[in-house]
Amino acid sequence: MTRDSLDVWDSQMRREVREEVRRALADLGEVPAPAELEGPVVDLHGLGLTYGSHVVLHDVTLTLYRGETLSILGGSGAGKSTILRLILGLSSPDTGEVIVEGRNISRAPLTRVLALRRNMGMVFQEAALFDSLTVYDNVAFYLHEHTDLPNAEIGRRVREALELVDLLPSHVENLLPAELSGGMKKRVGIARAVVHRPRLLLYDEPTSGLDPITTRTINDLILKLQTELDVSSIVVTHDIRSAFRISNRVALLSGGMLVYVGGPEEMVGSEDEYVREFLR
Amino acid sequence: MSLIETARTPLRYLDDTVKGWALHTQQYFHLLARSLHGSVTRPFYGRDLVIQMDVIGVGSIGIVLLTGLFTGMVLALQSAVEMKQFGATIYIGRLVGASAVRELGPVLTALMVTGRAGSGMAAEIGAMKVTEQVDALYTMSVDPVRKLVVPRFVAALLCLPLLTVVTDVVAILGGLLIAVVKLDLTIDLYMRSVYLALADTGFMFRVVPIDLFAGLLKPVFFGAIIAITGCYFGLRTSGGTEGVGRAATRAVVTTSIFILATDYFLTQILIALLIE
Repeated sequence: MTRDSLDVWDSQMRREVREEVRRALADLGEVPAPAELEGPVVDLHGLGLTYGSHVVLHDVTLTLYRGETLSILGGSGAGKSTILRLILGLSSPDTGEVIVEGRNISRAPLTRVLALRRNMGMVFQEAALFDSLTVYDNVAFYLHEHTDLPNAEIGRRVREALELVDLLPSHVENLLPAELSGGMKKRVGIARAVVHRPRLLLYDEPTSGLDPITTRTINDLILKLQTELDVSSIVVTHDIRSAFRISNRVALLSGGMLVYVGGPEEMVGSEDEYVREFLR
Repeated sequence: MSLIETARTPLRYLDDTVKGWALHTQQYFHLLARSLHGSVTRPFYGRDLVIQMDVIGVGSIGIVLLTGLFTGMVLALQSAVEMKQFGATIYIGRLVGASAVRELGPVLTALMVTGRAGSGMAAEIGAMKVTEQVDALYTMSVDPVRKLVVPRFVAALLCLPLLTVVTDVVAILGGLLIAVVKLDLTIDLYMRSVYLALADTGFMFRVVPIDLFAGLLKPVFFGAIIAITGCYFGLRTSGGTEGVGRAATRAVVTTSIFILATDYFLTQILIALLIE
């Protein structure tokens, strides 16, 4: 069996499945179109989560408004990444609600969570690129899985996404992740997250392990995406300087509790002892 | 520590251990059930299935050939020592044929594939787990069980019986080599003896020897065990690269034990159903 015939077989199968999913979602009245959306993009209400005797999150209430970038700061084990997992529906809170685009996903059926995830893009700490796929296939992965687009259109969108993150498609698209530098991996990870034009972007430590110059490049990229794609973003980081540079608002977590939410400038002037200690 | 607390510690340990085992068992069979369901419902990842068949099937042919050849040869050599005393060397074909087709072919093939492909599955999926690639699949609304486990599961189900046939044939040929070169038996005599061994227990549908059928039914179960155990430990991996190594080791040890235990129970059932 040739590679082409396998591709045709794969795409025929998936087209049928996509049709079924589309019909099911239409029946459920899932995922509102952008024009229908109003109010906050993400609304976290009194979130609590405990693993055994360890309290991961305690009564966390936080809102992400449309078009803004919110950074969640905190030390290791403060519960920052857990918040991203809850928004993605990868975990469920013990108490409280996770409302994404007006839909409560904390106890929603999988179909609703899957449908909402299609409007989200996630950038992982170590990029999480698929080792066995080239840069092109990594970025095209979502489009191959969930759309009927012809290969030429997928190729155009992949190249557009790579250019958006300042990578030259002809130079990188045939490389494997192992052949990329740390900064390039992060950029490919961002291209993969934005290729389907999500309305919500989630970043998990986007600048960790990078040198200062690459860190600045990634920060510029996050700002550029916010302007060009009009996305709302949540950035989980412990890099204070980056958070202040890219965020409209900042939240600070300590031991699973929210100790500060507000603008970066106000945070600098905060009288709270933990905030001052953290900034020092 | 009070007396009550001292008494409670081993009880709590026992409680945790039993609950842990129960949870493992539940999750293992849940993965098996999801894989069975995923094997017959869409979406099918055809390309991944072909890749996995290449990895498990084509990739294992070399070791399976060597295993079969040397097993057949050593069986013939060892049995010749005993049989010579009774002038029964003409029955060597029976012994090699029956042993290879009934037991050694299926079990040795499964153990070799476990070492080669089962550990690979655990390591590969484990590496994907610790580098968040499995989470990346979830975030892109792709079910990792369907994308990663089902192709490996179906590929193992299809490839194990085929590999077992290869082992059986090569083992019989290995025995033939020794019978002809060392024991001066003719090819015809040896092959007739192999045929008699297989015909002993009768035929299914008048064509397929029952021994051969039973010997090819076992690898289907072994294939399922190899894939599910490898993927199960892979998906449970934590603790970075060290965890990946641990997952691969556990997968091989657990799969080997499962295969040997399942072989015993399957043999009991098959004897009761097909032969007795």
